[in-house]
Amino acid sequence: MELITPGLGLIFWMTLVFLALLFLLKKFAWIPILKALKDREDAITDALLSADKAKEEMKQLQFSNEQLLAEAKNERDNILNDARKIKEKIIEEARVKAGEEAGRITASALENIRNEKMAALTELKNEVGQLSLDIAKKILQRELADPKKQEEFARQLLDEIKLN
Amino acid sequence: MQLAMQVILQSLNSFSEPGAPSLQENCQKIRKVFIFAVQIFMQKMRRHFPARTSFFFRAVLLIPFFFFAYGFTGVVCAQENVNLVPANDSVISGKEHKEKKAEGFNAGDMIMEHVVDNHEWHILEAGHFTLSIPLPVILYYNGKLYTFCSSRFHNEEHSYLGFSLPAEGPAKGKIVRTLAAPGDPRVYDFSITKTVLAILISAALMLFIFISVARAYARNRNQAPKGMQSMLEPIIIFIRDDIAKSSIGEKKYEKYMPYLLTIFFFIFLNNVLGLIPIFPGGANVTGNIAVTMVMAVFTFILTTVNGNKHYWVDIVNTPGVPWWLKLPLPLMPIVEIIGLITKPFVLMVRLFANITAGHIIALGFISLIFIFGAMNAALGYGVSVVSVAFMIFMNLLELLVAFIQAYVFTLLSALYFGLATIEPEHH
Repeated sequence: MELITPGLGLIFWMTLVFLALLFLLKKFAWIPILKALKDREDAITDALLSADKAKEEMKQLQFSNEQLLAEAKNERDNILNDARKIKEKIIEEARVKAGEEAGRITASALENIRNEKMAALTELKNEVGQLSLDIAKKILQRELADPKKQEEFARQLLDEIKLN
Repeated sequence: MQLAMQVILQSLNSFSEPGAPSLQENCQKIRKVFIFAVQIFMQKMRRHFPARTSFFFRAVLLIPFFFFAYGFTGVVCAQENVNLVPANDSVISGKEHKEKKAEGFNAGDMIMEHVVDNHEWHILEAGHFTLSIPLPVILYYNGKLYTFCSSRFHNEEHSYLGFSLPAEGPAKGKIVRTLAAPGDPRVYDFSITKTVLAILISAALMLFIFISVARAYARNRNQAPKGMQSMLEPIIIFIRDDIAKSSIGEKKYEKYMPYLLTIFFFIFLNNVLGLIPIFPGGANVTGNIAVTMVMAVFTFILTTVNGNKHYWVDIVNTPGVPWWLKLPLPLMPIVEIIGLITKPFVLMVRLFANITAGHIIALGFISLIFIFGAMNAALGYGVSVVSVAFMIFMNLLELLVAFIQAYVFTLLSALYFGLATIEPEHH
């Protein structure tokens, strides 16, 4: 049967065409295509690897950032605490000092007042003394214009002294 | 082999008998096989195409297939209709037509004419008008080369320059000496036949496609594939990773890649082109035993040339076999050497039989229309609906077969290369 008898001419042409096809495709198609595929796969693998690496680095960086942040927070808290303490101390000190000062000022004011009062009293006494002397002098001048009266008065004073 | 062909033809004849039960049974079987094959195909493909693109890719693959299937049935039916009507018409006279009428429609002959090689590419026949491409005839006879056009044989005697191409008889379709004497030298026929032209066309198509794809790779280096590139890339990667790497091994597969890719795409392209009914397609290339033989021989040569020491030692002195199977009478070596030959032989027959059977079944369905049409025109039209439906189904099945056979041929070749180059295990 013709169907299952391979024809000589067909075998010849098939061999020829197939070999030519194999050679041409190998040279101009398969080798460039396979090389391109391999290159691309390598490039993708590289890119993925470096991406993973970058991710890892990022993670580490983030971790250290967080650590840094936590430390900074801690530091801030400490500083704030210290500051609060110092503030309280300063206020306390100030209060104590102010109290002392106020006491001192009050004390000196009282002293002054006392001194002033004494001075005023002394002056008043002197003034009153002078005034009474003046009045007495004037009264005496008028009363003692008559020598008789002078005498009488002198006697009277003497009497008084005697009484004392 | 002849037995197998008889079985195929007998089953076809049973198809052509009205009311034969085997049709129903065969359909059931074919349906089961089809569903199973589709499942395997989808599983395999799912791994290689990303989920997002797979649907699109499959859809794109299916559209031309439906088109082919529809076109095939339509065109072939139309062609056969115009061919057959004058044959049944008693008004038209002429020697050939009278002969045809006397014989009636012979499904077997029609199918054989379509399946085997031819010296011209028959496209269309309408009444007395025949559209066919005459092809160059190249003959080597008695130390001389003869070249002429095959249309020279279009005469009453079917002969030219003392050579003839008989339309009937035992030498039908072969170029022989018109007046052959017993002592005459043989006629060597190196004609560019239909199959050779189809091989040349597919080779040109492959060169065009793959060189442009290679250019695309050079153009957008390290970028995502585009267009044709993205359609072929999954297949190329599939061949590389699942056929070559897994059968031959990571270290040695690169050397065989060009061959494996070439046979895969050559077989696949020709299988698919064979399903297209009109001119550039329709030739039964991969269903021609000479073509499959050449490819099988290439696989055999590559296996034999690359076979390492371990491979040959295993053949001559098979380990793990009792000595008495080797020593007085070398039974095992003989079996192994027969095995060397059977491997490529099976490759050759499998591809040839699968593709030819597909063509025969498709043509068988068409023949049904004319067998019934010869009984009654209305019956013929009625059967044509069923036949066309089955043809579409068969074409879809053949598309699957087109891929599977290309895959199987490539995979087995790769396995043989792998077996020949395997490194001995160290115990």
